[in-house]
Amino acid sequence: MTERAPVHLSADSEEMEISFGPQHPATHGVLRVMVKIDGERIVETKPVIGYLHRGTEKIFERETYNGCIPHTDRMDYTAAATNNQGLVGAVEKMMGITIPPRAAYIRMMLAELQRIASHTIWLGTHALDIGAQSPFFYTFEEREKILDLYEEYCGARLTLNAMRVGGQPFDLPAGWTDRCRAFIDQLPAKIADWERLLTKNRIWKLRTVGIGVMSGADAIEWGLTGPPLRGSGVKWDVRKVFPYDHYEEMEFDIPIGTNGDTYDRYLVRMEEMRQSVRIVRQCLDRLPDGPVMAKVPKVIKPPKGEAYFSVEGPKGELGYYVVSDGTDKPYRLHVRPACFINLQALPELVRGHLIADLIAVIGTLDIVLGEIDR
Amino acid sequence: MTTPWMTYLLVPLIKIVVILVVLILLAAYLSWFERRILAFMQIRIGPNRVWPKGWLQAIADALKLFSKEDVIPARAEKLVFLLGPVLATAPALIVFSVIPFGPTDMFRLTDVNIGILFILGVASVGIYGIILGGWASNNKFSLMGGLRSAAQLISYEVPMGFAVVTVVLMANSLSLVKIVEAQKAQHVWFAFPGWLAIPGLIAFFIYFICGVAETNRNPFDLPEAESELVAGFHTEYSGMKFAFYFLAEYANMVVIASIATVLFLGGWLRPFPNVAALAFLDVIPPIVWFFAKVAVFLFVYIWFRGTFPRYRFDQLMALGWKVFIPVSLINLMAVGLGILLLGGPR
Repeated sequence: MTERAPVHLSADSEEMEISFGPQHPATHGVLRVMVKIDGERIVETKPVIGYLHRGTEKIFERETYNGCIPHTDRMDYTAAATNNQGLVGAVEKMMGITIPPRAAYIRMMLAELQRIASHTIWLGTHALDIGAQSPFFYTFEEREKILDLYEEYCGARLTLNAMRVGGQPFDLPAGWTDRCRAFIDQLPAKIADWERLLTKNRIWKLRTVGIGVMSGADAIEWGLTGPPLRGSGVKWDVRKVFPYDHYEEMEFDIPIGTNGDTYDRYLVRMEEMRQSVRIVRQCLDRLPDGPVMAKVPKVIKPPKGEAYFSVEGPKGELGYYVVSDGTDKPYRLHVRPACFINLQALPELVRGHLIADLIAVIGTLDIVLGEIDR
Repeated sequence: MTTPWMTYLLVPLIKIVVILVVLILLAAYLSWFERRILAFMQIRIGPNRVWPKGWLQAIADALKLFSKEDVIPARAEKLVFLLGPVLATAPALIVFSVIPFGPTDMFRLTDVNIGILFILGVASVGIYGIILGGWASNNKFSLMGGLRSAAQLISYEVPMGFAVVTVVLMANSLSLVKIVEAQKAQHVWFAFPGWLAIPGLIAFFIYFICGVAETNRNPFDLPEAESELVAGFHTEYSGMKFAFYFLAEYANMVVIASIATVLFLGGWLRPFPNVAALAFLDVIPPIVWFFAKVAVFLFVYIWFRGTFPRYRFDQLMALGWKVFIPVSLINLMAVGLGILLLGGPR
């Protein structure tokens, strides 16, 4: 007889502790979840994070303001454009810079394309976690087209580094708007295709309806933002309540759910993609001419003081709190990460559910560990 | 000059070798077909490199698994751990000894008069391979995978049995050869027996869905649900031991498809065996009809995988116990009553 593994729990207990991750196929990166289960039922969950910690906020302090931008790319690496947008917005707010309208429109387009790209990854992996293999490939095809548009604009596909304090580093290349419009025009049909595979699928509904329910009031208490908050029926979108760039000129709806379950969050994100298409189309229609960079000093030196600026990222409210001591480097730059705060609700969302639901709920929170650990 | 020596040893031995080789190759190539077909469904290309056009991919996979290090976890129950893959694979291969691939004795190893009972009995042994393998790995994910599959297989064996009994009632025999011959005599496929079309179809669908569940395939692939249990019961298995589990899964798919063909789609018979106008279809040899029908089932298996999400464990159980068992039971009674009242299927 070989030696058996040590038993962690008392002999009369039916409970078992399982460590999900950090190398687990469905925890989206290096999330580790310590789960105490009774049979298949979850008794307790404890997310363990930090496996991807790079000290980004400390790194910010030794970089110039524009030098911080590439580091923001690497936080939520599926949504670099909105990460950039938040940081440059915060610095511009401190310095009182108004960026030229053309730059603002380009920013909005990049951000909305990024929202679509991020949601396509979410949909693909979420469906894959629930066992549907094919949507993953269909969504990644569309994401690929967005990345091509990015590559054409700024040379990078994932870590864009596509914005600067005071505007945009480059104007749109010739023909970009046409290709963007072509992409936007064919996308709604693809989204409808994905929905045909899932929305009314019996198994998909069995797996998502009533799973990970959170009421609107609870969601606010937990500080959720983004689709998890809107899925619970709270109409809150930074683009509407504190418009930045030129979102106040854009016509779009905020989709909200009613039950606050995984299915509602799914529907909300699907609708958000359509709304993003709407916004990009309006941007393309009204794209103003003019410069893309405001007059800013060569060395960015915000006055002594502090500022908080947030954008509506694909995952939720992404805020930057900048403290300046008047030099060319931030004294402190804190990030309010959407994923980190959304993840905190995980134990609450899965209590009493089955193990399979844990996977569904991790998927529906749409977390990126790069942003959680920073 | 046929001596008993030849009839009872040599000929069966040759048949066994042929069946085993064909079956193992079929299972290996099924994995290649699956990857290709899934790839086309998912706007990918799939394995097309190994010369020529990827046709040798299955062989290459097998060779790769042969050359892999064979890891036995330090804390595993060694003997049981080794026994697991054997127990899973052997029954899947043994079942083929009674499956008739064609109308004459040449196309089958043997015709047991309780063939279908034999199949159900032997196939059930395969569960032990999964449970024991999952338990002996001494890994929590494996254990849960093993437990899930035990519960799943036991629950789905019941409605599957009822569906099979429906056919036995119609054919009035447990022998697979007799069942096909009964379909010929009655000029029908038992999936749509003319006089009781709906119960026949219901039994057919229940059998096939339970078959998908029995083979742990999507959407019932919970024992190895990769997003939940990493790889389920075979998480700790590598190299050839993993290959044997793999082989067992694909061989089981072929088994389920073959039995479904024999029981419900008239085995080696051509479509509409009663319509004389289609007699020209007899040009195609019976064994081709048999494998064509099997191929259709296998394609549906793969199609499922490209389409459906996965059930949750409790939902799977609820489906089995609350839907399939009552429906198949009522269906069985309906067929029994029909035979009693209408005086047999004719």
